[in-house]
Amino acid sequence: MLEISDLCVDYGRGDAAVHAVIDTTLTLHRGEVVGLAGESGSGKSTLAYGATRLLRQPGVITGGHVVFRPDADRPDQAIDILDAAPTDLRSLRWRDVALVFQSAMNSLNPVLSVQAQLMDTLAAHLPHTSKAERLERAADLLKLVGINPDRLSSFPHELSGGMKQRVMIAMALALDPQVVIMDEPTTALDVVTQRQILQQIIELRDRLGFSVLFITHDLSLLLEMADTIAIMYAGRIVETAPAHQLFRAPRHPYSAALLNSFPSLHGERKVMTGIPGSPPDMRGLPLGCAFQPRCRYALPRCATEVPVLTEPAVRSKSHREVACWLHDEAGELPAELGLPEPDIQRPRLVASAPMSAVPMTAGPMPAGPEPSGGSR
Amino acid sequence: MTASTSTSALPASDRPAGTPILEARGLTKHFRIRSPRERGKNRFRATVYACEDVNLVLETGRVAAVVGESGSGKTTLARMLAQLYKPTSGQILLDGKPVKGRKLHEYRRKVQIVFQDPFASLNPVHSVRYHLSRPLRIHHRARGKAEVNAAIDALLSRVKLEPPRNFTDKLPHELSGGQRQRVAIARSLAAGPTVLLADEPVSMLDVSIRLGVLNLLGELRDVEGLAILYVTHDIASARYFADTMTVMYAGRVVESGPSLEVTDHPAHPYTQLLLDAAPDPERAAPQVIEARGSAPSLIAPPSGCRFHPRCPHAMPICSEQQPQQESVGEGHIAACWLHSAEVQARN
Repeated sequence: MLEISDLCVDYGRGDAAVHAVIDTTLTLHRGEVVGLAGESGSGKSTLAYGATRLLRQPGVITGGHVVFRPDADRPDQAIDILDAAPTDLRSLRWRDVALVFQSAMNSLNPVLSVQAQLMDTLAAHLPHTSKAERLERAADLLKLVGINPDRLSSFPHELSGGMKQRVMIAMALALDPQVVIMDEPTTALDVVTQRQILQQIIELRDRLGFSVLFITHDLSLLLEMADTIAIMYAGRIVETAPAHQLFRAPRHPYSAALLNSFPSLHGERKVMTGIPGSPPDMRGLPLGCAFQPRCRYALPRCATEVPVLTEPAVRSKSHREVACWLHDEAGELPAELGLPEPDIQRPRLVASAPMSAVPMTAGPMPAGPEPSGGSR
Repeated sequence: MTASTSTSALPASDRPAGTPILEARGLTKHFRIRSPRERGKNRFRATVYACEDVNLVLETGRVAAVVGESGSGKTTLARMLAQLYKPTSGQILLDGKPVKGRKLHEYRRKVQIVFQDPFASLNPVHSVRYHLSRPLRIHHRARGKAEVNAAIDALLSRVKLEPPRNFTDKLPHELSGGQRQRVAIARSLAAGPTVLLADEPVSMLDVSIRLGVLNLLGELRDVEGLAILYVTHDIASARYFADTMTVMYAGRVVESGPSLEVTDHPAHPYTQLLLDAAPDPERAAPQVIEARGSAPSLIAPPSGCRFHPRCPHAMPICSEQQPQQESVGEGHIAACWLHSAEVQARN
């Protein structure tokens, strides 16, 4: 569906350039949810913006291909987004590849009503439709994400944080895209709202069949909803694996340490260590593996050579890759990184049918402005 | 003698044994705001019922967590305890005594707060040295240059920013988020507090360094016997780190108790909802969230139990009367009609 191969993105040019994304390869299959996890500054958002050519100055794409295949049976229709002409790009974005940005609070125009913003998109991409058709489509879209269509005339400040995010998702789905890239869509929301939105996304995915590239720093969330997870560190993907296998049998020391950074809700309370040190400074990365200064299993080789993404030492039933020298040396794998793989399971976050049956309106809540986000 | 590096050097308090170090009794805060609808004379008539009748106990060497979503009143509570807001009603007792007038300076020395956002709580034009020397001087913890410098080094070592020399002259923008939050914690420690109020101390930090900061706070509790209030929206981290837990919803305490007891045997439907909604890869069965909707307006909170419009178990009485706090286990309290003997007898 969407194939990102060897993508490189720099900020700035020449010697002063910061390599934000380096040789990144990622494949998104039809109807699949791919999770991209990483710390802030690891290049995960840059990857998304780079792949859609939405980078702002001083961001520059310095290499790679991003191939979009609208139809699996018609390879001639494939387009390389990085080479596409501006007019092709304009029609491709939103119609085929849509984005949901990080903070819905800032992405909606505060002085335009929801209706005006939805209609604007529809008018720009479907100029041949009549106003009545567009209005109907806008109402349908709100219904799709579980908001009562009478909210069309609302302004963003009249909506709660969760509703604003739903409006953003509705806008992204306005033109039936095949790929939706979501950049931390639930970060600013409460846990309960977050879960409702995630269930909604899965439900819509099941119904409409689009693929999702879901970017977040919250790995525990991805483990529940993604099919495949890619872990990013300092601009490179260090591990890709099916979600359940990554959870039970991580192969990269960073993935293992990250999994050990989320306290559990069950069982004995045990001391967890997190990851020592600080996230890397992208301006001065170490020569070899970027994780080496924080890695407890670092080898001498790690300080000088950058590991490449290959199949792990322990053979896998499914397609997974890891970038770590530990998997190159036979027989010396730490126990933590050589755990047996479980059978593949589907993600356990299920779509909740009743969600859309009960539109989110002011409903039983008393009228009055809802506190929207932030406990300030 | 330089400024003490541990709280044991503080003057021994004359508080009788068994008295909590900091206690909130019936703490209530209402904010008067402009009404969104009214104009003219009536425009200040609206009230936000941010925090209602909260009881909380902080003890030496213990971490008490306050868990809730945004708008639940947890930050308002922390700010009242830090004396940044004046409570509308209720009492704050330090060492068993109410705080009045000239005691306030002493209170501020003993009770320090760490804010959520280390990017905003440190002044970008001042060095780490400045941030740490101010409380040292204001609270007369160190005099003279040499003494202050030694105290700053000791503080930085306590928050594991080592070697201290590498950090004293740094400006906030030269530090990572985790390092900044450690400086903010060191600044609170500079006053020599016995109570630390941590308002979402790790929510702005990267996942991989959150545990490091939480473990540091845990060490301050275990080694130095600080009483810590941990305000958070993340119930999993509260379970990991806190001894006791208080769950707040829409300005009211809905459940409190030992943190493992609360998370393993939640007694209030809201606590159950929070636990169900939290991401949890180890969950066995697919999760279906029963309660829906979002947190209510605090200008016109729902009658009776404030959770009843979202509660899957709501009964007629829930919308009529505020539930009493019922004991559901040792030290475990829930404010829910489901646990009322009267209601149970009727069913």
